[in-house]
Amino acid sequence: MTPAPAIRIKGAAETEAGRLFAPVTLDLKSGEWTCLLGASGVGKSTILRLIAGLDAHVDFDGQITASDSLPLPERVALMAQDDLLFPWATVLDNVCTGAHLRKEQPDTGRALELLERVGLGAHARKKPAQLSGGQRQRAALARTLMEDRPVILLDEPFSALDAKTRSQMQDLAVELLKGRTVLLVTHDPGEAARLGQKIAVLEHRGMTEIAPPKGPIPRGVDDTETLTAAGALLRRLREAA
Amino acid sequence: MRASAVLWPASATVLALVVWQGIVSTTGVASFILPGPGSVAEAWWQNRMLIGEHTLVTLSEVALGLLIGGILGAATALSLASSRAAQELIRPMLVFSQALPVFALAPILTLWLGYGLWSKVAMAVLIIYFPVTSAFFDGLMRTPQGWLDLAQTMGARPRAVLWRIRVPHALPSLGTGLKLAAVYAPIGAVIGEWVGASRGLGYLMLLANGRAKTDLMFAAMLTLGVMSVMLYVAADRAAQRLAR
Repeated sequence: MTPAPAIRIKGAAETEAGRLFAPVTLDLKSGEWTCLLGASGVGKSTILRLIAGLDAHVDFDGQITASDSLPLPERVALMAQDDLLFPWATVLDNVCTGAHLRKEQPDTGRALELLERVGLGAHARKKPAQLSGGQRQRAALARTLMEDRPVILLDEPFSALDAKTRSQMQDLAVELLKGRTVLLVTHDPGEAARLGQKIAVLEHRGMTEIAPPKGPIPRGVDDTETLTAAGALLRRLREAA
Repeated sequence: MRASAVLWPASATVLALVVWQGIVSTTGVASFILPGPGSVAEAWWQNRMLIGEHTLVTLSEVALGLLIGGILGAATALSLASSRAAQELIRPMLVFSQALPVFALAPILTLWLGYGLWSKVAMAVLIIYFPVTSAFFDGLMRTPQGWLDLAQTMGARPRAVLWRIRVPHALPSLGTGLKLAAVYAPIGAVIGEWVGASRGLGYLMLLANGRAKTDLMFAAMLTLGVMSVMLYVAADRAAQRLAR
């Protein structure tokens, strides 16, 4: 893996229907987790798609730059709310998807090792339908890690999981994505308070940064300051709407 | 197999036979106009070798038609899905070809390909080509956007996206197309036989009709029906395998 760059997103976005968000600046620190909060439809995922170089169906007036000035799209890995596993392929083949799609020889040994690390060592030969929702997201995490990209874009990857599984996945993701520049798009203030080393709230009128709670991530699920911060974030989201 | 899987079709068959016999008995219609199930069964049994022979001919026409039409349809859908130019050029032609009554082509096919097997195979191919192409193509174009996004961030080759994502995802749609094809293909073959043939169930039906052997005509027709249903069941099984 190449060193994780810092990333600056600066600009405004418009759709055919009008302005999506006013000029904003968002700095993702190298090797840290940035959480982007906001209501649905405010353009959180748009920012993520712009960084990934995907068609965002908006008119973006601005720049997205990496601290090392190298192009970004080939250095990002994407993980979404939907696990995006192929139902016809085994878990192992799903983890090796990137290599298959690039017509490269997949490193099966490394894939198995990663499955072991996400706790799916015994499930490598199963089909995704045989796994639980949490296990499927673990497989998606293993596939993301397999790509070994320095920038990780997470689009509400844990939001469909139950509370317990979600908190476990958050812990696992922080552990395994250490050293990478992570942007987590979420609408869950609790998640942002647990995982954000930087927290930004996106609204149509612009972006506001909120000081994150103290302490290393993942912060405790019952940590008072984290819970208070989650409450304050939620109040803010309610007022914004 | 569950008992109801046998019971209901069996009951439906019995009901149909009862209604049929009821119409024949109450109206007292002449047997050369509408023969009863009994005389049709008798005609079938007496001519079983003849019917079997002609069934084999029609079945081979249908099988070849399904094979060739299926391959051509799938190949067309793949080329349409992988090239924008192909889509713009071929799709209007495909749609227009569907607006033509293909049945009208049967005499010309006979002129071109003769009275033998191939004019009937061609007719079956023409009839099933569009449903197969259209069903598979629709499936190929409905690949979930999330998968395509994932592939793009992974730096995927377009051909690999087609074969590793779009095709496997579209296989159930191809199965739907093949199921339709299994129903249409016998119709195509029989129309071909009506226009000009010396063998096949369609030919036998015409022959029996011309000689006022209505019971034999019905026996041949019901045999064709049973054959089509069996083909449909086979295609349905195949489609379920594709969907897995």
